[in-house]
Amino acid sequence: MSFLTLTHLQKSFGSVKVVHDFNMTIEKGEFISFLGPSGCGKTTVLRMIAGFEIPTGGTIEIAGKDQTNLRPNQRNIGMVFQAYALFPNMSVFDNVAFGLKVAGKPKSEIDARVKEMLKLIHLEHLSDRYPYQMSGGQQQRVALARALAPKPQVLLLDEPLSALDAKIRVSLREEIRQIQRQLGITTVFVTHDQEEALSISDRIVVMNAGKADQIGTPGEIYNRPTTRFVANFVGTLNVIEAILVNAATGTVKIGEEVVSLPQPITGKSDGQSISIAFRPEAATIAGPSTGPAAVTGTVLSSNFLGSVVRTKVDAGGNIISFDMFNQASAQIPKAGETVSLSLQPDGLMVLGD
Amino acid sequence: MKRFWAWGALIIGLLYFILPLIGMTNFSLKMRRGVYSFDAYAKVLGDTRFQETFSYSVTLALLTILVGVFLVVPTAYWVRLKLPFLRPYIEFVTLLPLVIPAIVVVFGYIRLYNTSSWLPLTGTALGTDVLLVAGYTMLALPYMYRAVDTGLRTIDVTTLTEAAQSLGAGWFTIITRIILPNVLVAVLSGAFLTFAIVIGEFTMAALLNRPAFGPYMQVLGANRAYEPAALAVIAFAITWGCLGLIQLVSRFQKSAQRPV
Ligand SMILES: Nc1ncnc2c1ncn2[C@@H]1O[C@H](COP(=O)(O)OP(=O)(O)OP(=O)(O)O)[C@@H](O)[C@H]1O
Ligand SMILES: [Mg+2]
Repeated sequence: MSFLTLTHLQKSFGSVKVVHDFNMTIEKGEFISFLGPSGCGKTTVLRMIAGFEIPTGGTIEIAGKDQTNLRPNQRNIGMVFQAYALFPNMSVFDNVAFGLKVAGKPKSEIDARVKEMLKLIHLEHLSDRYPYQMSGGQQQRVALARALAPKPQVLLLDEPLSALDAKIRVSLREEIRQIQRQLGITTVFVTHDQEEALSISDRIVVMNAGKADQIGTPGEIYNRPTTRFVANFVGTLNVIEAILVNAATGTVKIGEEVVSLPQPITGKSDGQSISIAFRPEAATIAGPSTGPAAVTGTVLSSNFLGSVVRTKVDAGGNIISFDMFNQASAQIPKAGETVSLSLQPDGLMVLGD
Repeated sequence: MKRFWAWGALIIGLLYFILPLIGMTNFSLKMRRGVYSFDAYAKVLGDTRFQETFSYSVTLALLTILVGVFLVVPTAYWVRLKLPFLRPYIEFVTLLPLVIPAIVVVFGYIRLYNTSSWLPLTGTALGTDVLLVAGYTMLALPYMYRAVDTGLRTIDVTTLTEAAQSLGAGWFTIITRIILPNVLVAVLSGAFLTFAIVIGEFTMAALLNRPAFGPYMQVLGANRAYEPAALAVIAFAITWGCLGLIQLVSRFQKSAQRPV
């Protein structure tokens, strides 16, 4: 039974169509991320769910009730903004209490709920502070508590972490995810940071030019992108040409290496040239233990990325990136060296178009 | 050499400004022959006409401030939130009172609302007071609007509004609990300016024939010697007090809103 349903959602600003036919069903308690490049309409969809924008077409349903024509203050939706948006004239306590006061809850209930919320975000000791007396990370946690206090049906977050520095960003996103799980609240999280989306979501919606290009779990999005846009947008992707040897068994010849893909290839005939995509981690340096080389080229650069080393290789004009674990014993390729790579069959994707 | 001229200019400016004040204050203290005394002040303050007109003007000033706040805060807020493209025009309209003489406005009022018109406001004292407050509100508009609009610029009006809406708040709650408190300092500086303007205003009150402080000062000035000087000093003190209060509240805001 889906909880939040978006059906044929559309939005135009004047003559500019910003959201085309957006469809999605979200289960109760799910954590969904909208991921996509700047200007693809993530915020617009979120604002339509919140009621700040009126859809040009389509409907929004929450728990079976049509919300499309409700005003924002009638929807009971929690919202967290990129710019925190705490009320500057109120203390932390009063900020968190605001929604409850507006709802006319008795004072004892408000006190208890605010304390509970502040405990959830580990800021009980700052309840008398004012927003300007706190760090960005603390302010955003208060904003989260404020949004959650009135027990909203859905929690919406629009790039809540982009204004914070890298370390806080990672710890706060985990905190958000943990709180979300604890409360079991249905959540939509907008981001343009793919690592963020991949690390905390149940499902990701990859958006492109006002449409949902692909909806799937982080694993599906990363390992089995269904469109070229998704494949290119999420993670680093190498694309090389291969010759189809046997479509039925999924066998292709890449350079000197003959590999069998996990699934048969449809829509192409044997002997045809096809495009194969693979992630940097699907390639390894060819050696006695691997098959013959699929790709041979000249190393352009090697960069440490912490636990892995990413090497860029120029293979006949195609720039290929591959990763190897940063182990003390590993031979790091140097610029100018010639390396041969073989590819793991289950890391290969055939691109449709 | 440069320094010399700078100091020279400053001193001349100060003298130009201060000498008449000193002269006036000096004169106001000389009512009793041969000695300095506060006789003129005692006389002025003890005059029942003074007490009546002054409290009348204070009442009207407070009403003007109230009306101004009710008019300007929601308007400036709404324009910023929903009609940002109208801002230059609204600002222009609020500046009109600076170029249209008060006398023109009053004659307009009298023409429109005289006893033989469809809304004979000038027929009763209360109706005339309503007109007067409306006129004062208009006179204060340039200062009030600018103060509030500047105050609104320091907060993120759109996002705060949306945050409050998503928490269930309606317009009344948003304006009274979020917007007004955040521009309170700006509203107060607008209010003190309004107060100073209304207390000293002459034209409107005189032409509408209401017992306000401005006309009283004028009458006193025409008929007495020492008392008008004392009264002018008092009026000056009130205005300066208002300006001082504006400084005080804006400093208070600085220490309350900036990160420490
Ligand atoms: N109020 C508006 N009036 C006109 N155009 C708008 C309005 N709001 C958004 N747009 C346009 O709609 C498109 C999508 O905007 P949106 O804010 O949804 O993008 P986004 O995916 O959130 O991008 P970002 O990652 O930069 O936040 C943009 O091209 C933007 O210019
Ligand atoms: Mg956005």
